[in-house]
Amino acid sequence: MATQAPARKWIGQSIPRVEDPRLLLGRGEYVTDLVLPGMVHAAILRSPLAHARIASIDASKARSLPGVLAVVTGREIKELTNPMPDFGPDPSKHTWWVLATDKVRYMGEPVAAVVATDRYIAEDACELIEVNYEPLPVVVDPVEAMKPGAPLVHEPLGTNVAYSRTFVFGDVERDFTEAEVVVRDHLRWHRSGAQPLETVGAVAQYNPATGMMTIYCNSVTFTFLLFLVANTLKIPSNKLNLIPCPAGGSFGSKFWAVRVPILAGMLAKLVGRPVKFVEDRIDNITTSDHHGSDRIYDVEMAAMRDGTLRSLRVKVVDDYGAYIQFGVGTHGNSLAQVVGPYKIKSVQYELYAVLTNKCQQGAYRGFGSEVTNWVVERMVDLVARELGMDPVEIRRKNFIQPHEFPYTIPTGNMYDSGNYPGVLEKALQLADYQGLREMQRRAREEGRYVGIGLISAQERSVFSSTEFWFWFDQPTGITSSPESVTLKMDPMGNITATLYSQAFWGQSPETMVAQVVAEEFDIDPSQVSVIYGGSAGGLPATGPGGSRFTIMVAGAIQGAARRIKEKMLKIASHKLEVAPEDLEFAEGKIRVRGTPERAMTLQEVAMLAYLFKLDLPPDIEESGLEADYTFDHPYTTMPAPDRKNLGVFYPFVGHACHIAAVEVDIETGQHTFLKYVAVHDAGTVVNPRSLNGQIIGGVAQGLGTAMYEQYVYSPDGQLLTGSYMDYLIPTAMEVPKVEIGHQETPSPFTPYGIKGAGEGGRMMTPAVVSAAIEDALAPFGVRVNEVPITPEKILRWIEEAQAPRP
Amino acid sequence: MADMHAIRVTVNGLPYEATVESRLLLADFLRDHLGLVGTHLGCEHGVCGACTVILNGRTVRSCLVFAVQADGAQIMTVEGLARDSQFHPLQEAFRDKQGLQCGFCTPGMLMRAYEFLQENPNPTEEEIREAIAGNLCRCTGYQFIVEAIQDAAARMAVASR
Ligand code: FES
Ligand code: FES
Repeated sequence: MATQAPARKWIGQSIPRVEDPRLLLGRGEYVTDLVLPGMVHAAILRSPLAHARIASIDASKARSLPGVLAVVTGREIKELTNPMPDFGPDPSKHTWWVLATDKVRYMGEPVAAVVATDRYIAEDACELIEVNYEPLPVVVDPVEAMKPGAPLVHEPLGTNVAYSRTFVFGDVERDFTEAEVVVRDHLRWHRSGAQPLETVGAVAQYNPATGMMTIYCNSVTFTFLLFLVANTLKIPSNKLNLIPCPAGGSFGSKFWAVRVPILAGMLAKLVGRPVKFVEDRIDNITTSDHHGSDRIYDVEMAAMRDGTLRSLRVKVVDDYGAYIQFGVGTHGNSLAQVVGPYKIKSVQYELYAVLTNKCQQGAYRGFGSEVTNWVVERMVDLVARELGMDPVEIRRKNFIQPHEFPYTIPTGNMYDSGNYPGVLEKALQLADYQGLREMQRRAREEGRYVGIGLISAQERSVFSSTEFWFWFDQPTGITSSPESVTLKMDPMGNITATLYSQAFWGQSPETMVAQVVAEEFDIDPSQVSVIYGGSAGGLPATGPGGSRFTIMVAGAIQGAARRIKEKMLKIASHKLEVAPEDLEFAEGKIRVRGTPERAMTLQEVAMLAYLFKLDLPPDIEESGLEADYTFDHPYTTMPAPDRKNLGVFYPFVGHACHIAAVEVDIETGQHTFLKYVAVHDAGTVVNPRSLNGQIIGGVAQGLGTAMYEQYVYSPDGQLLTGSYMDYLIPTAMEVPKVEIGHQETPSPFTPYGIKGAGEGGRMMTPAVVSAAIEDALAPFGVRVNEVPITPEKILRWIEEAQAPRP
Repeated sequence: MADMHAIRVTVNGLPYEATVESRLLLADFLRDHLGLVGTHLGCEHGVCGACTVILNGRTVRSCLVFAVQADGAQIMTVEGLARDSQFHPLQEAFRDKQGLQCGFCTPGMLMRAYEFLQENPNPTEEEIREAIAGNLCRCTGYQFIVEAIQDAAARMAVASR
């Protein structure tokens, strides 16, 4: 257990972000800004059809266009590459290639790639490629896709159900039998996606003499899994150097987006020149491999008349699209916090992962748990409605209490700490909940449709790798998910921290590292410089995602700092002739406890360490002050063989209460926010301002999911929202002003008691917006069971609710 | 190559001459020909505003303008905002208020804010939200951008006194 330092100097300060000056000057050094000598450009030809056999491809016209260096089609792809890395169930039955080989399985699937001297010519050449498609029947509805006789996305699989299983945790039968109230609903969460403003890109360079492949890339974080990328590229694992570039946003969608770097690498090796490939927006929308969850639920919740929640029965069909690269890891995420903050005793979880003719799923802020939050909160509200309870009362009644932590939920995951009633009270105060209800009462009297939503939900952080495979019985998967850092204090006493994953997505890794290093050594954050190391000389790293980075890097820094500090103490103790235990790091010095004037500056000690070997104590073997540290997940356990207990895999669990007040115009279906309050508990906060930025940004994305964004496919598999004209990202006019509050309940298991907090906004907002809209439409008895809640849907629901019942 | 045109433009005060294809976008001209990569491309279809630059005093989306259309024009990009490595008050305010996260929308946002504060030096929150509604930010949820623009307006008012 981490000991909690009583007072901290830098952790908890809203220092300005270290990253910002270069971004404000237009010097972000994104991958698309990179130019290498002799660099050429790639573009891809995407399939216009959702499902078709590729009868023939004629690229001769494209190849003869001046400026074209190469055209690669699916015909050549098996010579140039191995299949793409795939963590799904039995990949040999749904093999994924970097370009479609025999048939296309969704609109937008790449069928050919062109390399040319500039991007314009590469795109011209794509238009000259003649592909002869034989259309096949299309399946876009996952329920249809499950039926016998449905068109098969992958014939070798013999079905479109890539995976199905029913998990039972606890005594579900008993809890439902004993329940006094059971509510049921059919819920629909449509597919949306991260849509970072910067797309995925890579610049690859291959040296045929050394066999070294260098790929600059904004979209791959797991450095210890890069041997899989090397395998796809048919190069030895020690001949790949992936150099991380800062990303212009990710929200999960760049944690392992390997198609683009693999494509660039394959082409660079083929043409012998550096190749840049950056998705355009249409590529990113249609074929990013990172669409979000797309789920159809039938849910039952069992409760007692007094409002006590007993059990949850979930049947979920998830439309994964044409491939299933991460298996059903998004449901592992769901199971991490499937009971929410409540003492629900048992859960049944029946899962069908279905393949259809759509772009495959990947990661999007929440990684599936945001959907579960929405489902649980929707069902709790339904129980409250059934019992005539206030949403506040039912939550208060069922919360896990502060003294009950660490708390193990029925699935086996553990919640480390929390104070849910405390967060609720803060939110009620901040929102003036009673005042809002009063305002609502008056508005209703005036014939206005004002609604108030209140939700309380979890934000798990720091996944363990077991999340990705426990849904298999066999084989057993990996259990490591480390993060590493190298710390170096130079002879001037300045510190450089090297990070190894693709760490910058728009959060604040450099700021956070500077604050933590400053805390450890008691120096100023401005004395810390942060750089990003390539994978070839690098240490194992997992990167951001699953809100893990701050905790994991803080742990690595503490480990590396400890090693450096021990060495410095030995040197200082030798010099000052004082026992190391009597020395302390304070105010940029090593000084004698109680006699602060007896001290050496860090610079003095560092100079000795590097330049004066003969002044060092004899037991110091090496000059210099540098330390590596690889920090492994601080708390994870194995799933039980029968999977009735999944072990601890996502244990640092934050919490939030959001309250929203909206007014709905029942003539147009439009809504206006009157209030939006978010109170979060993310354990110890490192930089409050940047945490607030993450929360508000997440609220904006959650609002997109709740009200605006959807990848809409037509029945013949055409993506109808393939541009920002139709895929509606909230603007400054739609996103409400968010009032934020914090409660800090430190984790007993993490460095400084920090909990991850990058996803919370999006994990809360769909639920609170749904509740608020439903409450606004309460006079009609409308039930909100689908997102996005478009104006058309609001009008339709009102109409259906008013229609005379037979 | 067909269809080449000689153009002259002034960008951030410096004159440039170039021969370009008529289909070359202004954004690509700035980025690939002049090396001014601070102007970003988010959508290339005129919706996101990341590529916003100032052309003869008005913001344009440089993904919707051909380089040849800028012949003879005065252009300002994000690289022209700071003077002698001194941040513009807008940049200072964005830094202090954390009006950015990934920074990809930021150059376009700064250009739009620069134009807007010239039109309206003392805007309300609502007016700012409306003014930047054509610039998408996927990271921040806009609130700190709005605060930054308000703060910049105050700083600029002080500076011009
Ligand atoms: S890139 Fe020009 S508006 Fe999006
Ligand atoms: S800061 Fe990332 S898009 Fe605005």
